[in-house]
Amino acid sequence: MSCCAPGVETAVEPEGGLGLPASEELWLASQCLGGGSRQTELSVPGVHCGACITTIEGALRRRPEVERVRVNLSSRRVSIVWKEEVAGKRTDPREFARVIRDRGYEAHLFAAGEEEEDAVLKQLIRAVAVAGFAATNIMLLSVSVWSGADAATRDLFHWISALIAAPALVYAGRFFYQSAWNALRYGRTNMDVPIALAVTLSYGMSLHETIGHGEHAWFDASVTLLFFLLIGRTLDHMMRGRARSAISGLARLSPRGATVVDADGSREYRPVEEIRPGERLMIAAGERIPVDGRVLAGASDLDRSVVNGESAPVPVGVGELIQAGTLNLTGPLTLEATAAARDSFLAEIMGLMEAAEGGRARYRRIADRAARYYSPAVHLLAFLTFIGWMFVEGDVRHAMLVSVAVLIITCPCALGLAVPVVQVVAAGRLFQGGVMVKDGSAMERLAEIDTVLFDKTGTLTIGEPRLVNADEIAPAAMAIAAALAAHSRHPIARALHDAAGAAAPLAGEIREIAGAGIEANTKEGVYRFGSRAFACAGAGEASRQSEAVLSLDGGELASFRFEDRLRAGAGESVAELHRLGLETGILSGDREPVVAESGRKLGIRRWIAELSPRGKVEACASAVEGGHRVLMVGDGINDAPALRAAHVSMAPATAADVGRQAADFVFMHQTLTAVPFAIETSRQAGRLIRQNFALAICYNVIAVPIAILGYATPLVAAIAMSTSSVIVVANALRLRGGGITEPQRQAPMHAALLPAGDAR
Amino acid sequence: MNTLVYLIPIALFLGGLGLAAFLWALKSGQYEDLDGASWRVLDDGDGRPEKG
Repeated sequence: MSCCAPGVETAVEPEGGLGLPASEELWLASQCLGGGSRQTELSVPGVHCGACITTIEGALRRRPEVERVRVNLSSRRVSIVWKEEVAGKRTDPREFARVIRDRGYEAHLFAAGEEEEDAVLKQLIRAVAVAGFAATNIMLLSVSVWSGADAATRDLFHWISALIAAPALVYAGRFFYQSAWNALRYGRTNMDVPIALAVTLSYGMSLHETIGHGEHAWFDASVTLLFFLLIGRTLDHMMRGRARSAISGLARLSPRGATVVDADGSREYRPVEEIRPGERLMIAAGERIPVDGRVLAGASDLDRSVVNGESAPVPVGVGELIQAGTLNLTGPLTLEATAAARDSFLAEIMGLMEAAEGGRARYRRIADRAARYYSPAVHLLAFLTFIGWMFVEGDVRHAMLVSVAVLIITCPCALGLAVPVVQVVAAGRLFQGGVMVKDGSAMERLAEIDTVLFDKTGTLTIGEPRLVNADEIAPAAMAIAAALAAHSRHPIARALHDAAGAAAPLAGEIREIAGAGIEANTKEGVYRFGSRAFACAGAGEASRQSEAVLSLDGGELASFRFEDRLRAGAGESVAELHRLGLETGILSGDREPVVAESGRKLGIRRWIAELSPRGKVEACASAVEGGHRVLMVGDGINDAPALRAAHVSMAPATAADVGRQAADFVFMHQTLTAVPFAIETSRQAGRLIRQNFALAICYNVIAVPIAILGYATPLVAAIAMSTSSVIVVANALRLRGGGITEPQRQAPMHAALLPAGDAR
Repeated sequence: MNTLVYLIPIALFLGGLGLAAFLWALKSGQYEDLDGASWRVLDDGDGRPEKG
């Protein structure tokens, strides 16, 4: 019944549940509600329709320990309230993640701590509501005045308007007053200065007029202005806040903690910050390494692709040093921590990232750049109008009225409303297509790029091997190999299992030898599946990264060759980027032949291989020095500094935590067509923003002379302002009319058909 | 003029009622998931009573 994830239910889940958050981690991250119940927030990027909601909520509700469950489709989150104990048994919160995973959705732990952002948003929405209420009521009274109410009635209406406007201005206008005051205090000026000035002056003048039984009052103008600007401000805030919280709340690659073994042998799960050098850690298969360490006992294979971009797993044994962030694949390890979390490899990357941030920080948003010229110009204009009318008439009151009208009519509706509306609409469209945007300026920057640099492993390629010589292998050998492979979560074993489909289980004793392969004792003899050295007892060369051998009692039965596969849509995306007139290149930490091969397949001519994280940053920096604006697309920890150094950056949702934090865009689905899609949408948004600015300038060209000449009655001002705002918003909404594009239609399909990259 | 004495307070009261209703809805979290809400309308449920 679910439209979203056909067939995923049948996928074989490795018994450890690779990629599921650990129980202790979930327990640690859950919020205690008191009375024995706790709340857990999980991020489920795959939900996108009503059926998904019903499926997940229904499945979770069936569990006895679940009290309440609610799926939030807007932020793609599930919040679960559960009892700590049911019938004397401690609840395992990991079961929730497993239930969701069994229904074919990825579940990640959601990081709490975005409440503060939400509070500001709520305040803003409340302010919008109050301003809207005041604006409608005052407008009602104003219409009566405009349609001919006079004398006592007009005064009464003006007084009522004044009474409604005053609290509304104080309550709803405080955002602008505070910001304007802050700017003025430091001798700067920003958009909020003309707004605050216009609102205050128009209210003051209107009150003065009302007391003097004057004909015109601008209460409606000042409140409506505030209303429109607050809508813009709220959208802008949503733009910055919502998507960011969704991104930071996705899967966390750097683990929150690890099991520490004390000197007396007792075990304790501790947050990663509290792990000291010298402590002994137990790392189960399927867990991430929390801090740099040395192997004390055990052997395993490590997936280091997130750290250095190399796609093949590396075997490790006793005495070897391993870095934080790598994934332990096959066997349990005992580690001695050699560095605290803050001195780990991860921390070093953080340092590099901070150093690389400079280029990004210098970027000023379009609205800010415009405001820098706009507000002095407006103030000067209003001042000159005042002087001019003083010179002509010498009437302070009238000169003041006219210059206030100028201030009102020039108030930056287009700046305050146009940019956020366009960006929110564009971000909404991107979100529909599976791309999340961190803030509006990212879209502005994306529209400017001329070069796209890709990381290889995990970005252009899935980072998972695929069987390439399936047709050369006898079906019988394939079935045996698949049966063996079902017992391992080594990437090669999983790839083989995927290629062979469902396999009949093998009778006999099966065990996995970490760092080597799988062995089965059956009636026919000893089957071995793994590296050539292991399977054929030392015969032949050990090229284990792309080859696995099946043997019976040391005699080779079949040899399987594997290759990393390209991400869905990689070829089309690169072609599309070339069509858009962009340069492309690959920056990879992987070995040269592998990178060259990927580049050849995709038609990317320029590539650099075997780069360190610092090397990637330098490559980005040299492109910037060459006058290019670079979009960096990458996923690993080793890409994070380069993601920061580039003009703008993008990462898949499966990327490392740090990578996702560093990126401006995160695409949720597997296909790489998200990259050209995001670029095109951003360019469209940029065009619309420029159009809106042009509209605003046209409006000012017409309206300002009317205001300066003193013809801007409150009626004219209200009509002009509202019309300009409505036109600007209508123009922004054209972006939505683009219709459902290819990536939008395809994205969920791809996400469902491919085993969503749960390990990374 | 006399009718205004009734009409204006009534208009303001009704407007205020709308404002209060909106603020209440905001506070009770009805704007947290607009996308989900539009789907939930279509959900008939399976006829079984909900737990908890």
